[in-house]
Formats: sequence, structure tokens, C-alpha cells
Amino acid sequence: MSNFIRNIFRSNKKLTVNEYIVKKTITSFFLLFLFFGGCIWAWKWIRRQPPDKGIQQPVRDILTTNEDVFNKIFSKKHLAKTYPVSAAIKNVRFNGSIGLGNDFNPETWKLYVIKKNGDTLTLKLNDIKKLPKVDIIFNFKCIEGWNQITYWAGVKFSDFLKAYGLTEESHMKYVGLVTPDEGYYVGIDMPSILHPQTILCYELNGKPLPMKEGYPLRLIIPVKYGIKHLKRIGTMFFSNNRPPDYWAERGYDYYSGL
Amino acid sequence: MKKIVRKHPLAVRWFHWINFPVLGVMIWSGLLIYWANDVYKVGFGDKTLIKFFPQSFYDAFHISFRLAEGMAYHFVFMWLFFLNGILYVLYTIFSGEWRYLMPNKRSWKDAWLVLLHDLHIRKAKPPQEKYNAAQRIAYTAIIAMGIGSILTGLAIYKPIQLGWLTVIFGGYKMSRIIHFALTIGYVLFFVIHIIQVIIAGWNNFRAMVTGFEVIKVGDEPIQVEPLPIIAPPEAINPAENKDDVEIPELKN
Repeated sequence: MSNFIRNIFRSNKKLTVNEYIVKKTITSFFLLFLFFGGCIWAWKWIRRQPPDKGIQQPVRDILTTNEDVFNKIFSKKHLAKTYPVSAAIKNVRFNGSIGLGNDFNPETWKLYVIKKNGDTLTLKLNDIKKLPKVDIIFNFKCIEGWNQITYWAGVKFSDFLKAYGLTEESHMKYVGLVTPDEGYYVGIDMPSILHPQTILCYELNGKPLPMKEGYPLRLIIPVKYGIKHLKRIGTMFFSNNRPPDYWAERGYDYYSGL
Repeated sequence: MKKIVRKHPLAVRWFHWINFPVLGVMIWSGLLIYWANDVYKVGFGDKTLIKFFPQSFYDAFHISFRLAEGMAYHFVFMWLFFLNGILYVLYTIFSGEWRYLMPNKRSWKDAWLVLLHDLHIRKAKPPQEKYNAAQRIAYTAIIAMGIGSILTGLAIYKPIQLGWLTVIFGGYKMSRIIHFALTIGYVLFFVIHIIQVIIAGWNNFRAMVTGFEVIKVGDEPIQVEPLPIIAPPEAINPAENKDDVEIPELKN
């Protein structure tokens, strides 16, 4: 048997049909097993790469590439579908309390906006409320896979930036938002912040934001998953580097854009 | 006497075997994602027949609490799934291989005969060709499903930037349902595929690895066709040695 096999693999051998069948079968299956072995090796290689913020480096790199690819189709003209008020759900799903520290005092809340030159702009809720108010009733999408039609109101982020002289900041690449207790923080790319449906939100279903939904001011950004809709904004800053992001540090996609 | 018949081109074999681990990773990572909002079930009224999925299933495959990992791998391997799929489709178009794969007018009727035959209800073998009618339908349907997975996947992945796609599939929720149902479809396809491959046997399976099938050309001794008569018998020189007459080789 082994002689037979050795024989058919001699390069100058003229093969009979039978020998040809055996030879081809052996080499083809060998290649198939090599391929599967290669797959397993590649998989194990990926799995043991050092993680970059909760996910293996090569995987994280491709997520960043995806961001570049899908940013090309991003347009401010692509709007989230909006609905009539009647379509909005009354009991909005409460899905996270991170950043809503217990010792929060609504009386002393202020929004701190750190400008490019290092100055801090300190604003009260009325400073925001006096800007033109917009409603948005859209399908809120959680990264977990559920969605709800919800009704929010507030000030367009782009209007806010203009009103408080933050035009220079709006040419930077990212906005960072942090809760007053610094327990939750997000970083968002400027094109998404300037999307016309992105609002600094102070109302849910026509009433002031409930405490657990981030009273007094939160972000509503329909072009992102819920993880980016930071509740209770304490500090806002601008950067050309990626600001820290709570869930991106735990393995999620930084961009998380829809 | 054995005869070698070429069956699957090298490219098709590669596309087939690459798809196997890639689809495996897509289904696995898809499960990690689905777990985070596992709301689908099959039933009627209050009665649930199948819940997707029972806790024991998640436990067996270590599915729970791995959403971030699932999304990350899903959005990496989607590229391989897409590239392999698109190259396969392009190959079948440009090589003409699609002619064996697409159902034709007869396929719908013949597929019924294949089913009856496979279930041992009907004895007579339906026409096989390279792929029989049921295979043509199955292998074309799986490509349509693949396209469906990519499009519904994009509809869930970018429901605002590609909002028109989400609308086509009946909205965000419906896109997710279709995307999930197609995956269940792959699993069912896989099960039937494996059973059929086992029934069809070694020769058929080997063809997906080596590219050829081996056909036995009868056990009876090789029959040499008589030479065509060119001239009347008396014109042949009787002195000529009969052994020199060339015997035509059997054509493969």
C-alpha cells in the first residue's frame, strides 16, 4: 500500500486512471485539511491578540475601518423617520442608571462647556430653554436590539453651538460629554453632533425629563444607538482626538452610528 | 473500467469551503447579538411551540452576556461573507456555470418528482443532469437568501443612512425578523444538505473536494467497435497482418 502511494507521487510517473484518482483524492483532501487547519490557526491567533478597549486589536482595527467606510454614506440629509405624537410610547423603557449618581442635587446643576481656549462656559437650564425648541418623535434604537417610538424635545445641538459662540469648536472632530458624577461619558463625531435631529433634550412626552431619564438635560441623537444618548450632561468638551467612551471601553464599537 | 468526469470547478470548491467557516462565525456572532433581545418565538395564541432560544441552549454554547463581542465579530466577518458571496455569484455568471444552477421551466415540476423519489414514494429516478431540479432550486434559493441576509443586515446596521432599504423590508423590526429567519433557514439548509450528502455517498462528496466524480463504465469486457468498412472485403490484402489494425481507444 505505502509503496503504491509513494509510487504515484513520483513526478515522472505516468498514471493510470486509478492511480490518478487516488493521487488527486489524497492531495485535495490534504489541502482541505490544511485550509481548515489554517482557519483554526487564524481564529486562535485573533483570539489571543491583546485587546484594545475590550476587543482584540485586529477586530478593533476593522471596526475603525468600517467607520471610515460607512462615514462615506453619512449625510445630514438622511433623517431618522419621524412619527405623530400619538405613535409615541407613554412608558419609556428605562435601561440604565450609570452616571445618574444618587447624591445629585438638581438645584446646583450647571452645564459646563469647556471651550477650545480653555475657558469654561457655565450655563443654566434656562440658558438652553431660551433657544428655539424642537420636537422629535423617532424610533429610539438600543444596541441590545429593541426599539421604541419616543417623543423628546429640546434644542438643536447645532443651534446651541451657534448661539454660544462655539463655531470654532464645531470645526473640531469630536464632542465629549460627561455626567456630573463622571460615571458615564461618551465621545461623538462632529458630523453626527451637527445632524439636524441631534438635540440637547430637556423634555420627554411634553414634560420635563424624569430624574431617571437624565433630568435636567440629556443628549438625544437619533443617528446613534442608545448608548450614545448620554443622560444628565454635566460637562461638554471638544477635541480632535477621541474622547473617552464608556461602552467603547467595554468592547463596543466607538462609532455606533445608524 | 473507471472514468473521470469533471464536476465542480476549483473556484466553486473554494467558494463552498470558505463559506462554511465564515457562515459559522456569522451565525455564532449573530447568536451573541440576538441573545441581548431574544424576543422571537413560534406559536399561536398564548401557546409557544418554539422559543428562540431556551436558556439551556445559551448555556451549552456560552452565548450569554457577549453582545459587544458578537457585534464586533459580526461586523468584521460580514466582509468575508459578502466578498465570498459576490465572487461566487460573479464566477457563476461569467463562467456560465449558472446554466446548471438556475431553475428552468421544468425544474418546478421535476423538483416535485425528486422529492417523491427521495422520500421513497416514487421509484422512477427523475432526470439528474449536473444538478437535479430540487438542487437547482435549493442552490439558487440559498444565494437569494444570502443576498437577503446582506440587505436586511444593512437595513438593521444603518437604518437611517440606508433608510430606504429598511423601508423596503418593512421597517426596522421586520428587517431584524427577516434577518433572523434567514439564519434559521441556513441551519435547516445545512441539516438537509448534510443528510443528502451522506445519502448521495462518497463519490459525490469527494467531487466537492477533488472536483471530479468517478464513473464505472460497465463491468463487461471492453468491447472494441468493429472498424468501419472502407473497401469491399476482397480489396483488403489478405497478407496484411491483422494485428496491426489500430484499435480505437475508448474515449473518456
